[in-house]
Amino acid sequence: MSLQFVVDGLLTGSMIGLGAIGVTLTYSILRFSNFAHGDFMAWGTYATLAVVSAIGATVGKVAPIAPLSFGWPLIVALVIGMAFTALLALLLDKVLFSRLRSQGQAIIVVMASFGASMALRSLLEFTFTSRPTYFSRAIQIAMPVGFGIRITPDQIALLLLTAVLVLGVHLLMTRTQTGRSMQALSQNAALARIVGIDVASVVRVTWVIGGALACVAGVMIGILVQIRPFMGFDMLLPMFAAAILGGIGSIPGAVLGGLIIGLAEAGAVQLIGAEWRAAVSFILLMAVLFVRPIGLFGVRER
Amino acid sequence: MSEIVLDVRDLEAGYEPGVPIVRGASITVKKGEIVVVLGPNGAGKSSFIKAIAGLVPITGGTVFLDGKDITAAPAHTMVRLGLAFVPQTENIFQLMSVEDNLRVACGILERREIPARIEEMYAAFPDLVRQRRTAAGNLSGGQRQMLAVARALIVHPKVLVLDEPSAGLSPKFVSMVFEMLANIRKSGVTILLVEQNAKAALAIGDRAYVLVEGKDRHQGIASELWNDPVVAELYLGQRPSQAGKGGTA
Repeated sequence: MSLQFVVDGLLTGSMIGLGAIGVTLTYSILRFSNFAHGDFMAWGTYATLAVVSAIGATVGKVAPIAPLSFGWPLIVALVIGMAFTALLALLLDKVLFSRLRSQGQAIIVVMASFGASMALRSLLEFTFTSRPTYFSRAIQIAMPVGFGIRITPDQIALLLLTAVLVLGVHLLMTRTQTGRSMQALSQNAALARIVGIDVASVVRVTWVIGGALACVAGVMIGILVQIRPFMGFDMLLPMFAAAILGGIGSIPGAVLGGLIIGLAEAGAVQLIGAEWRAAVSFILLMAVLFVRPIGLFGVRER
Repeated sequence: MSEIVLDVRDLEAGYEPGVPIVRGASITVKKGEIVVVLGPNGAGKSSFIKAIAGLVPITGGTVFLDGKDITAAPAHTMVRLGLAFVPQTENIFQLMSVEDNLRVACGILERREIPARIEEMYAAFPDLVRQRRTAAGNLSGGQRQMLAVARALIVHPKVLVLDEPSAGLSPKFVSMVFEMLANIRKSGVTILLVEQNAKAALAIGDRAYVLVEGKDRHQGIASELWNDPVVAELYLGQRPSQAGKGGTA
């Protein structure tokens, strides 16, 4: 068999993992499953696309940074898109989630996020139509790197970007006061307030991180696959599977969960057929939870 | 007379509107004192102290800290105002290391002051040094209480407020905790505590109040209260004034 599935799996896994970080943070700090998280991805991607087009319309055609398929406009647009998605998440929290959260019933917030998900997606379809679009239609030549594996420059760049972002978020969570405050809030909200942590500001940071990373994951899908309104929604189940597999609340867990699911899906496509793609990740999820119900990196309080 | 640090007047508080648990309780705590709040089960002691710390909604009365009105200030602003609270249970972050438990509480300190302040806490609570990398959930009951108190003290509070620090501890740890509080007072920290274990608390306290049905009904010098017949009566649920009122209560 070819080892190509390793590269494919790592790439899919990176997208799932970056998205799962937001899912796991929202779940552990705000205590609800945010079904609109996938739509943050799609909105972030379309926002990035819009900025790329706007830059193209003002400064004309920009040559890609060789050997990549994209130039500086996409990089600038991604940063703006991340900020936009973070603001979108903050706005949605302010007008919808925070009000329902204060009533204290998690299930109402979950249902509301499902509604928000549909509304956001429909707005995208309404504005951009459901026809797929692309950041670039240029074809990249995949380079052979041995063991029958081929990889494109874009893929290498995006894998590196994922590694940097994951490391950054991990350091933020473990080495900074903001990160410790987030951990504290996820473990014991009442005590967090007593030690002087402003819950509202930690909640804002959570949305900013989750939203910004969702945008990156979306743009990765946009670069490597295609852009369409359902792109984020289709990632929802793998992202939740990754977050649960890795252990809710754990950043390394979410990323590892994403990579495992990405690799399993890619392996399944190669070994047993594409129609088993989704099933394999869930069989894996169930198997892990059967042996270790708290997930790989999950921790049980004593 | 030394200055008053904490001044609570006619405090009314409760979780639901119209159902006060604390019904007009007043106490004062002077600088450098240990003040104990006693009372039978269900007297509202815990709600009283949580209301002061901003954790139970206040419906009436005032709380002044160092002359400043802190009535119903949000709980997360209390450490900045100078009030550090140690809850009765779940008073540490179990999954975080001992050191991170201390560090996460340092939000109001100057960044460069923090490492020295943490070392000061280790010097005051040597048991914690060896466990600095251990998850706090692995500590013994007594060590957990130490960590919770160290975490509260690290921000230089004007008053340290504790909700039943001896609850759930074995007798060996109970005496250890009260000894620790007596030592903390010696270092100049003002302490207010609610306690079920009246004898041990009165032994280290300066003054004490007896709270019954959400109201302060009696007060006195801590060392004298243990043998005070009024306290015994209050604990047995007989209201000293009931006969005089002709049963209107």
